[in-house]
Amino acid sequence: MEISWRRDVEAVLSEAQARGKHVLLDFSAAPA
Amino acid sequence: MAGFVSEHFLPARIHVREQKADWDRYSARFGVQWTPTILIVDPSGTERHRIEGFLPVEEFLAQLVLGLGRSAFARQQFSEAERRLREVVERFPGTAAAPEALYWAGVARYKATNDATALGATAEAFARQYQDSIWAKKASVWKK
Repeated sequence: MEISWRRDVEAVLSEAQARGKHVLLDFSAAPA
Repeated sequence: MAGFVSEHFLPARIHVREQKADWDRYSARFGVQWTPTILIVDPSGTERHRIEGFLPVEEFLAQLVLGLGRSAFARQQFSEAERRLREVVERFPGTAAAPEALYWAGVARYKATNDATALGATAEAFARQYQDSIWAKKASVWKK
């Protein structure tokens, strides 16, 4: 199972605050 | 690994070339200068742990649990921090994260209980394992 990385970072940060979850934020140069 | 990530995190990725505007914005915000860099950011938006460079799966997973422990510690949730940090030592004893977790687990217990014997016990634990780590040297000051 692959990690479902999201690209909408600001929305993820907002959702994390609302849900009390941590964000795993990957700064990547890997091929898509 | 994906199951652990989805259980504990909301995962987001910023690609250096494909998301140039986001990259510029968030690399400046978090001071990121290299790839891969993975941050554990707490619900308030504060960075609590940083992984720079590639890691094999077990080392990476250990760093994620270590990060959750350090995040709980930083937010003064010391019992939760100790639980997470000891989990690193138990589940991933051969990783670079383990001696660091052992050190901070002792500090977390001390913070939770105000009982300095927790630090002495940690120093004793380092006499049995991870003797050559920098964390053993740091804990050596707690020896009786």
